[in-house]
Amino acid sequence: MDSFFADLPRHAEYVAAVYLMAVAVFGGLLTVALVVKKQRVKELAELEAAGIRRRSAKKQG
Amino acid sequence: MTLYDLANPTRFLSLVERIMPWLIGATVLALATGLYMAFFYAPEDYQQGVTVRIMFVHVPSAWLALLCYAMMAGSSIGTLVWKHPLADVSAKAAAPLGAAFTFLALFSGSIWAKPMWGTWWVWDARLTSFLVLFIMYLGIIALWRTMDDPIKAAKANAILTLVGVINLPIIKFSVDWWNTLHQPASVFRTDGPALHSSILVPLLVMAGAFTLFFIMMHLMFMRNEIYARRIRAMRMRAASAAQPHANVTAQIREV
Repeated sequence: MDSFFADLPRHAEYVAAVYLMAVAVFGGLLTVALVVKKQRVKELAELEAAGIRRRSAKKQG
Repeated sequence: MTLYDLANPTRFLSLVERIMPWLIGATVLALATGLYMAFFYAPEDYQQGVTVRIMFVHVPSAWLALLCYAMMAGSSIGTLVWKHPLADVSAKAAAPLGAAFTFLALFSGSIWAKPMWGTWWVWDARLTSFLVLFIMYLGIIALWRTMDDPIKAAKANAILTLVGVINLPIIKFSVDWWNTLHQPASVFRTDGPALHSSILVPLLVMAGAFTLFFIMMHLMFMRNEIYARRIRAMRMRAASAAQPHANVTAQIREV
């Protein structure tokens, strides 16, 4: 740990930029997945509440 | 449970719901372990210093970019040959993930190149072929968005994806076939890895963590795509019911 912090001034900004970008990319993908899921689950619920069913749902029900 | 059982999207969604908490837990644990090893276990390189830690993001991203494309190619065969109902869902869900990993590999490589090579970019075979991979991903995503009908879009994308497979061996062997600034393979070699275990182990842990993250995100994106197709099918059924003579039901393939 000491060696890492001792070497921070030399090229540390390059390492930080890469890891920050990785966090941004991973976080962005996760956020998109969760937001889209929420929207689509809500839309499905609204359609079902309006009495619209899938063909396979009618067979099951 | 066989692949044929998973052809049922409802059963697939149920499986995703069951395994997702475990997958999230395993991904978080693997990422935490990998990051700890990358910063506190792996030593600095005697020449590259602290910048060697960029490798723990760069190399797994590049591997995942290639793995994702190979998986999309497999899904494309599933679409064209077996018409598996989830094959095109899988291919469509993987494309943005592949683009993200390819971008991360290009970005981290460029950042790493500046202090080590003295330049952000060179038009050598490895970097250029990887940029072509990124453009392929963007093209595939654009083609998915161009067509409303998912069946037609799936066939067109499957063909485009399979054509693009030619780029994978070019990327892999570009460092052997041409003179490049990029170093040759140092892990997957016939005479074994060229890396010391203190670097290799954290690299493999990070690669495992990235792979788990990819699987987790892929399942999430597939679930969202199945929901989107259900919404589309329900809207088309509603439109068909409102206009009984309209031939919209012919275009519906429920998932």
